Amino acid sequence: MMAYIVRRLWQILPTMAGVILLIFFLFNVVGGDPAYLLAGKISNPEQIANIRKQLGIDEPYWVQLWIFVKQVVTFDFGSSWSTNEVVSRIFATRLPASLMIGIPLLVLETIIAVCVALAVAYVRGSFTDRAAMVTCTVAQSISILVYIIVFQYVLAYKFGWFPVQGWGNGFFENLFKFAALPVLIALVVSLAPNIRLYRTFLLDEVNQDYVRTARAKGLSENRVMFVHVLRNASIPIITNLMIQLPGLLVGLFLIERFFSVPGIGREVILAVERSDFPVIKAVTVYVALATMLANLAADLMYKAVDPRVELK
Amino acid sequence: MSAVTANPMTQIGIERSPGLWALAWKRLMADRIAVVSMVIVIFFLLLSFAAFFGLVAKDWNREIAINYAPPTLFKDSHKPSSDTKAGAVDSGPAVDGAAAKPEFINDRDPLRDTINELKQQLGQSTGAAVDSGIKIVDPLADVMAELRKQLGRTGDGSAKVVEEKRLDYLPFGADKWGRDVLAKVIQGSETSILVGFAAAIVATIMGTLLGALAGYYGGKTDDALNWFYSIFSSIPYILLVLAIAAVLKQKGVVTVVLILGLTGWTAIFRLVRAEYLKHKARDYVRAANAIGASHSRRMFVHIFPNISHVVLVQLSLHVVLFIKSEVILSFLGFGVPVDVVSWGSMLNESQNELILGYWWQLAAATAFMAVLVTAFSLFTDALRDALDPKLK
Repeated sequence: MMAYIVRRLWQILPTMAGVILLIFFLFNVVGGDPAYLLAGKISNPEQIANIRKQLGIDEPYWVQLWIFVKQVVTFDFGSSWSTNEVVSRIFATRLPASLMIGIPLLVLETIIAVCVALAVAYVRGSFTDRAAMVTCTVAQSISILVYIIVFQYVLAYKFGWFPVQGWGNGFFENLFKFAALPVLIALVVSLAPNIRLYRTFLLDEVNQDYVRTARAKGLSENRVMFVHVLRNASIPIITNLMIQLPGLLVGLFLIERFFSVPGIGREVILAVERSDFPVIKAVTVYVALATMLANLAADLMYKAVDPRVELK
Repeated sequence: MSAVTANPMTQIGIERSPGLWALAWKRLMADRIAVVSMVIVIFFLLLSFAAFFGLVAKDWNREIAINYAPPTLFKDSHKPSSDTKAGAVDSGPAVDGAAAKPEFINDRDPLRDTINELKQQLGQSTGAAVDSGIKIVDPLADVMAELRKQLGRTGDGSAKVVEEKRLDYLPFGADKWGRDVLAKVIQGSETSILVGFAAAIVATIMGTLLGALAGYYGGKTDDALNWFYSIFSSIPYILLVLAIAAVLKQKGVVTVVLILGLTGWTAIFRLVRAEYLKHKARDYVRAANAIGASHSRRMFVHIFPNISHVVLVQLSLHVVLFIKSEVILSFLGFGVPVDVVSWGSMLNESQNELILGYWWQLAAATAFMAVLVTAFSLFTDALRDALDPKLK
């Protein structure tokens, strides 16, 4: 077990090196000279030369790459180009808000999606099943933008059930007042594809022999569905959850932007709008790392769920 | 095996049995939902081709009505847009709220005075001005009017000179500049569908090519390409798209196509690679090797036709994905340039319009996109089922 984890962590290194190279290529080679961008409209050659020296752009590429690698390893990306805030501080202060929306969303979404998927898989082929699937297909084809615009307008602006946007200071104030509508919208958007996906996972299981055996020995339907079927279908479900996990940090960026939630996602959008390269570089590198760790965690969870799985 | 029948070499002298494609087509035609969704998709494709060649919605840019002329198709109304119109359409519950009180005043809204003022101004402005807010102090108004007249004359021979009299209402309403929303949404469809298809083709070609190389050659090539794949797949898709959008300064339709296509090939790569791994050891490929077919010939003439159904389904899936991504990118302003209209840029405009009560642009863009994407998704599902050799 330990050996497996160490080996997997070791395997992350070449991929991480690739990610660093890709980001470096994008921002330092393709991106061109950021000095003009930084100096603003009114700038003289001296200023530009000065900025270049500060950023190390006048050095050869391998020196710049080395600077970047050092930044990644030491978690020190300097400060944001537009606000001068230290990048690691940006992370630390924006993360709670993103998690405040992301964690309730993930929990609620998983519970609801699994339950609905179990229900429709149980009555597969019936009218209810087909109606639910058509609803999901249609719901999925409407852009997330439309959900946000319409829900924000109707529920917050018109009916006043939720604040239109904003973020408070207290934990409970944020969770129940400001995070409620963003979570609701994200829930509506993500339920449709997940229900469809989980339904196919469950349908692969409900026709298996062990299900018939479980019924034959007189188990209740609840036990058959929730214990036997669900446990066997849980591997692809866990995979799907783990894939979503790192995306949570940035995936909600549209919602965070609309509702002025001070989270990582909104920071990414702002950084792209302002060409704030240090912030984008840092977010991309660390989210990539988080993705790889989440994949490892998923593989470890397989073992916990299904003893037949062998970790090689 | 479909793998054998699809290969023309082995068909000589053997009684012909229907190939995979003929069977798939038959199955597809037997599926009523598939046929209906295919017709809708083809209709949208023809519409965007027509728009591309200027057959329809050519003069979508002409300001033919007053600013925010309300739609009349859903409700009889001949009053200009001074108050909130409502009707039963698919913009959802937003409309019901407005229907109850035509002049909606929100007590909680700190900007309500400003909005009311704006509404009044909009109600008054029926002239040629571009924007009611600017109208009063626009020093170029005369020049613009002159220019517009000239453009009207040279741009469209058959049409009369653009008269200053504007329509008070349109069947589908008008946008901020008084342009017909219907023509605009057709033009937007053209952009979004074009970007979706072009990006999907770029991604499919890239994914297939790399997947074929990795799966066919194996060994070092496979390792290197897998490394490449793991880099791209470890960065969340939308974050990678945004990072590239941040770096590329110049905006344009081609840029969007490249951004989406060059980042979205990973899923296709994985599937195609697995297929090639499976096929390269099959007898027909070894037979091709024995008669001296080159690597590239075995790869693309012998194996590719046998896995092309996988690629086709992926292509179809990615069109939907990229259309959705393009809408989000354009909405954020990282997508198509400002002078090109797309569903995303329409949604961007409609965000502010909705607060003023002008829901029709939102409804039009939403409805068009929802219909196309639903039809395309259903068609993709049916296509996958029809092409699944196991269901034969």
